[in-house]
Amino acid sequence: MSVDVLERPVAKKAQPAKIAVADCDIHPSPKSVEKEIYPFLEKRWQRHLETYGMIGRQGQQFGPAYPKGQPDASRRDAYPPNGGRPGSDLQFMREQHLDPNNVQLGILNPLRGGQALQNLDFAEAYCRAVNDWQIAEWTSKEPRLKASVVVPYEDGALSAREIERRAGDPNFAQVLLLSRTGEPIGQRRYWPIYEAAAEAGFPVAVHAFGYGGNAVTGSGWPTYYIEEMVGHAQCSQTGLTSMVMEGIFERFPKLKVILVEAGFAWLPSLAWRLDKLYMRMRDETPHLKRLPSEYIREHVWLTTQPMEEPEVREHLLDTIEWIGWDRLLFATDYPHWDFDDPAYALPVRVDAARRRQFFFENALKVYGLDK
Amino acid sequence: MSIIHPGAIDCDIHPAVPNLQALLPYMTDYWRDTVVQRGIDALESISYPVNAPITARPDWKPEKGRAGSDLERLRREALIPFGTSTAICNCLYGVHLLFSEDMALGYAQAVNDWIAKEWLDREPKLRASIVVPLQNPELAVEEIERLAADKRFVQVLVPVMGEMPLGKRIYWPIWAAAERHGLALCIHAGSSYRHSVTGIGWTSYYTEDYASNAQAFQAQVTSLICEGVFSKFPNLKVVLAESGFTWLPAHLWRLTKFWRGLRMEIPWVDRTPAEIARENIRLTLQPVDGPPSAGAFERLMEHMQSDELLLFSTDYPHWQFDGDEVLPPGLSSELARKIMVDNPRNTYSRLTETVT
Repeated sequence: MSVDVLERPVAKKAQPAKIAVADCDIHPSPKSVEKEIYPFLEKRWQRHLETYGMIGRQGQQFGPAYPKGQPDASRRDAYPPNGGRPGSDLQFMREQHLDPNNVQLGILNPLRGGQALQNLDFAEAYCRAVNDWQIAEWTSKEPRLKASVVVPYEDGALSAREIERRAGDPNFAQVLLLSRTGEPIGQRRYWPIYEAAAEAGFPVAVHAFGYGGNAVTGSGWPTYYIEEMVGHAQCSQTGLTSMVMEGIFERFPKLKVILVEAGFAWLPSLAWRLDKLYMRMRDETPHLKRLPSEYIREHVWLTTQPMEEPEVREHLLDTIEWIGWDRLLFATDYPHWDFDDPAYALPVRVDAARRRQFFFENALKVYGLDK
Repeated sequence: MSIIHPGAIDCDIHPAVPNLQALLPYMTDYWRDTVVQRGIDALESISYPVNAPITARPDWKPEKGRAGSDLERLRREALIPFGTSTAICNCLYGVHLLFSEDMALGYAQAVNDWIAKEWLDREPKLRASIVVPLQNPELAVEEIERLAADKRFVQVLVPVMGEMPLGKRIYWPIWAAAERHGLALCIHAGSSYRHSVTGIGWTSYYTEDYASNAQAFQAQVTSLICEGVFSKFPNLKVVLAESGFTWLPAHLWRLTKFWRGLRMEIPWVDRTPAEIARENIRLTLQPVDGPPSAGAFERLMEHMQSDELLLFSTDYPHWQFDGDEVLPPGLSSELARKIMVDNPRNTYSRLTETVT
């Protein structure tokens, strides 16, 4: 993570990584909504978009609630030479990222997929269009890439319908939600999503971001973008708490959850805390049959970017040990500014078997692509 | 418990207001009349449901009435068993729940005068926190000024979840008053419920509500550091009470990494957040949300990168541990002594001053 752009003004190709990489968090954008999304969007919703825009639970019409640290939150060198937004040009993505970093599997996570639009019919239509677009512009052209089923997640039934439409389609690897939901993400309004995903064999990825309308901390709205950014870890902790305590892993035993871009080093402490509280007050959640940490160990994966960076690098090894080397999925967050380079992401040397797990094999397993 | 050190300083105990009637003698005529005329109930927060397991350890729970409301029992259960020389009273009465700023001040004054008379006057080992009406920073400062001369008050008490993140400048006059008088700022678990306790809405279960305090503390550490509270008030000590502490290393790793990438947004933060936290932030011991093994706990203590961060606490009468197992396994005798005696002394300048 660096904003030191002055010393690197020219787009530079990454050094080839020695081993195969699965990048579990790549952000594609359309070159233009009119050109690439409209073909999949009914005229009615095209007109709606032009007239009313995309209204969600935040006040800004065009930008994020907290201005980012970089234009489009992107690497300065990720703008395609032929124009368009970072992440909008497949050929440039191949040249700058997939080829030199030896990315053999890339998971696409569209963040502006219309998932959390207030108008649920619009949200459904837009999500469906974005899913069609991912196939047309990305996965059908590049076999290394897999799409995410984006869904209007504030409505469980509509979301389940879209998941069912995509079930069995090898273009898709997972269902994608955003972490800042309108209510705690384990609550029953969202259960149809988990049920449909488990049934379809899709892991549910929850990517940090989104606007649920709640103040992003339990004590109100912070002032700075850095606080909002760091705060994704707290939101995801409470989200995971909700998933565990509501019992979704008991109700949907085949469900896999992947937390994306929310950090991971906080997980052991959270699991210890939940175990202790559960033992104290298990009469409140009799639908749980096991310790929270056991559900987490069995059902939850986390992507690595942005890697936490202890002052003493070896400390991170303890943390990964406590989480499990089989639970972390490498991610770069390309083309965003806080990109983790696979050549430098692991702060300490680990043996070859673990490197393969960390960079590649865990992802193949969780997505069922190892068979 | 063999490594308990004599002279322990317990930095988080909770004397309870037994009922609203107990406060009436400490209210002004106006607020006493208001309470009676309007039929106002006791200010009991849902942060600690009266009969929830966390709220009162079974063997510390009286047959009738509120746990922690009896001084004799508190001596017997909280002070004597741990060789405690000094204990700091954090009264968790729900003053922060009120919407009327004036009423909040009325109640805060009553609670503070009640604790001075009913607890501090009767037991010289006790110290207390100043409850302030955070609803209005001017009134909060007024209450600090009213009590600052009484050196038995060692800190200012606020809940971890209020209307706004605590680093925001609107609160700075309060932190300035605390620093000026050598008072620490104690941020304690609990919410004023101005917002849902999570950033994603209201929880279904009390277990989640209580668990979410840890995330709220993380957010407040972010806020205090990013807003520059410690650049402005370098001598201010912030004590996170009943916060859990095992989340701290991971949080500082993340916060420090983002600071490297985004420091242009907060240029007044001129050192790493990890360094600032080690200088200005302390955390009470209980609850220990620790790993099951002593070995892992030792590793975790190394991740803390300092042996000066933790302050001994029993969290009496809350149920965080059983018997006398207040110290987690894996704690060296040396570290136990720092946590029980040295660290509290170095945190609270008022503890070493003569009480007059």
